[in-house]
Amino acid sequence: MMAESGSSEVAVIGNVDLTSTELENNIINTMVERGTALLRRMEINVAEAEKRTGKNTVNMQETYTVYLIETRPAETIAEGGTPAAPDTLWRRYSEFELFRNYLLVTYPHIIIPPLPEKRAEFVWHKLSADNLDPDFVERRRVGLENFLLRVASHPVLSDDEMFLRFLTDEKRWKEAVLETGFQDKVDSRLKSLSAMFRVKNPDKQFTALKHYSDDLNTIISQLLRVRAKVADRLYGVYKVHGNYGRVFSEWSAIEKEMGDGLQSAGHHMDTYAASIDDILEEEEHYADQLKEYLFYTDAVRSVCRKQDLIQYELEMAVQDLSTKKQQKEELTSGTVRIFSLKGMTTKLFGQESQEQRESKLEALDLSIHEGEEAVNEKNRECKEFLQTAWGDIERFREQKDNDLREALISYAIMQISMCKKGIQVWSNAKECFNKM
Amino acid sequence: MSVAAPRGLASSGQKPIAEVLHPLAAAEEPLSPGPDVTVDDGGDQEAVLTNGTPVETSSPASASSLFNRLQLEDDLEADARDLYVSTETRDLFVTVDDPKKHVSTMETYITYRVSTKTTRIEFDLPEYCVRRRYQDFDWLRIKLEDSQPTHLIPPLPEKFVMKGVVDRFSEEFVETRMKALDKFLKRVADHPVLSFNPHLNAFLSAKDLNKRQGLALLTKVGESVKQVAGGYKLRPRPAEFCAMGEYLDTFSQKLGTIDRIAQRIIKEQSEYLTELREYGTVYSSWAGSEEELRRPLEGVASSVTTCCGALEDLSENMSQDFLPVLREYVLYIESMKNVLRKRDQSQAEYEGRLEAAVLRKQEDRTPLPLEVEKCQDKVECFNADLKADWERWQSNKRQDFKQLLTGMADKNINYYEKCQSGWESLITLLQDKQTEDKTSETN
Repeated sequence: MMAESGSSEVAVIGNVDLTSTELENNIINTMVERGTALLRRMEINVAEAEKRTGKNTVNMQETYTVYLIETRPAETIAEGGTPAAPDTLWRRYSEFELFRNYLLVTYPHIIIPPLPEKRAEFVWHKLSADNLDPDFVERRRVGLENFLLRVASHPVLSDDEMFLRFLTDEKRWKEAVLETGFQDKVDSRLKSLSAMFRVKNPDKQFTALKHYSDDLNTIISQLLRVRAKVADRLYGVYKVHGNYGRVFSEWSAIEKEMGDGLQSAGHHMDTYAASIDDILEEEEHYADQLKEYLFYTDAVRSVCRKQDLIQYELEMAVQDLSTKKQQKEELTSGTVRIFSLKGMTTKLFGQESQEQRESKLEALDLSIHEGEEAVNEKNRECKEFLQTAWGDIERFREQKDNDLREALISYAIMQISMCKKGIQVWSNAKECFNKM
Repeated sequence: MSVAAPRGLASSGQKPIAEVLHPLAAAEEPLSPGPDVTVDDGGDQEAVLTNGTPVETSSPASASSLFNRLQLEDDLEADARDLYVSTETRDLFVTVDDPKKHVSTMETYITYRVSTKTTRIEFDLPEYCVRRRYQDFDWLRIKLEDSQPTHLIPPLPEKFVMKGVVDRFSEEFVETRMKALDKFLKRVADHPVLSFNPHLNAFLSAKDLNKRQGLALLTKVGESVKQVAGGYKLRPRPAEFCAMGEYLDTFSQKLGTIDRIAQRIIKEQSEYLTELREYGTVYSSWAGSEEELRRPLEGVASSVTTCCGALEDLSENMSQDFLPVLREYVLYIESMKNVLRKRDQSQAEYEGRLEAAVLRKQEDRTPLPLEVEKCQDKVECFNADLKADWERWQSNKRQDFKQLLTGMADKNINYYEKCQSGWESLITLLQDKQTEDKTSETN
């Protein structure tokens, strides 16, 4: 329900119904299960990563990584048959960035899925911050695949033609996307993002969303920071135990009956110390899941900002119309309600002629008519934005709740697995001690 | 000097246990603690009462509870004891427990209850219960060292504690010290020779210990030891004692390393714990701004808290149970080295005197003096005692370390079990909610 605005009221938005597709969706979130037309007919993978060297824009040699995107028809495999060979192409990170910028500009009301981080952040000491490190590259590969699947499972984004081209047309995609002219809009978008303007009647829901998004950003950053410190310390605890391995071995050399037991126990201590590397590597996956949502908050803030901008433009249009109407009224009634230099001079130096008045009125009428159309246009734009954006926001909320919950569960499972390993190693050591 | 009657157990050399007479079997033989101790300390054999320390009246402890407690200890150490004293023939049980603080105008100190249960006729009563303080244990140790120089006396926990650095009256310190004192007394009580020492008897049974006489004796013996050391140059150690010395040095070194590793682990765990605590609070904080995710996040915070508690327990245990036992063994090694040195001195005296006597013999054909033969006996007894004690010590050491290290493994297993259950309860919580949501969705 939309209340039509008066001279200074702003459009008020009521509840927007969820689309039926959202309701149908399963609680257990696996993106492939979300039935978009694209995913129904196509399987998407980022299968590999490779190092390349080449000349960059300033004609210097550089090393960069390319990722292999595989697509294949999503048909069930015929009995006894092997899956069809996929179509493949190579893309580098900067191409993914270009594509995402296109999405940001073209769908400002949609929360665009984020890319994996450009540079490694929140690293604990042993983890490499080097972009060419194989572990980093591997995690990035997973992140890029995740990004593509997110886009492919989005009800709106999955239909985009540039997306399809990105997946299938290695050479000509870039040309095509630049032809859309989205780059021009990039500048104005950046401008709007950084502009300082005040909306008179901000939308309550969007304000709340903005605050929530900022809070989430803060808290996830904090969590990732502390998690990295915890990982660092845990690494230390495990590694020091390796020293037991060495000293038990040395000690066993001077013992007779105790020797064997000590020696074997020492080996278990070495195993224990070494086990932390895999444990922490696995935990990085959890950190990546959190990071995705950290970056998502930027996308949410983008949408809120856009809504602010549209709202502001509406308010400006309304105010503009109101001013014009005032002017007309003044002109027709002859009274000066609003102080203006023109009004003053008219008073001082006499009124205009009837003809002048009439032509002015005509111009004003035209202006007012244009103004009214502008307001209507802005109102429509606002309404549309709110509707589509809010729909996507609800979709996002549900996705976030499901994904993070799954992430927490898998984190707990990781912890349990770590405990089991610990119990195993110490039980083995205990057996050796018993044989001393 | 010919051996007229059977002697105390350990002095018999390498006879198998079955052939060695039980001290109580030779009824006529007055009990002699060791070959070179004068009988001056006969005065100590009666429990002379001179008031100095307020003690409990020696009312026997509750028989059955004491016996039960001791019985349990037996089972653990049965293997070690098998060599010399089987559980059936053990007839002296001691326990140290029940620490209490005493405040007097002069000082504040802790006393411990020392309970004894025995069937030995050397004791007048079957049970005793006295209170002793650290000074008293120290007194006992000195008396034992003086009266049994050829034997290895178990160590006591550290005497001096830096005031201001360690709280002498904290529960942990007292607890740790008490366990060490208990161990000390048990080791003495289990020793086939030391356990018959009259000083031990006095310690366990007397209402008040007369310690002043002990001090006098200390000076006397101290002088005689000095005489021995001053007069004779040290001779090369026989191979087997060399091997012992080397073993002790290396072993001591390894224990030192293990101590450092354990301390480092405790330090790392403490820093890990600090970060972990903060980690938990961030999840709690996040839960506050969520709706659907509130319970899962609070669940994670709670699991993390469980892990923190479990880690605290583990570290505490390492500090209080593992490290003290390790350090005590280092002291034990020092004691053993001292006994080796005393043996060396004894050998030095003998060989010195022998050389001198042989020279004189060559000059004026006098037979070897009696004292040289006495020295020879002394050395041979010393060597025998030492070897027996060494075997015994090795066996105990094996048992002790087995226990210590399996204990450490157990504590770690325990820690992981607690953590695991903390995380498993989260999974149950989250999965329940999942099924809950599913059913509400379909409604």
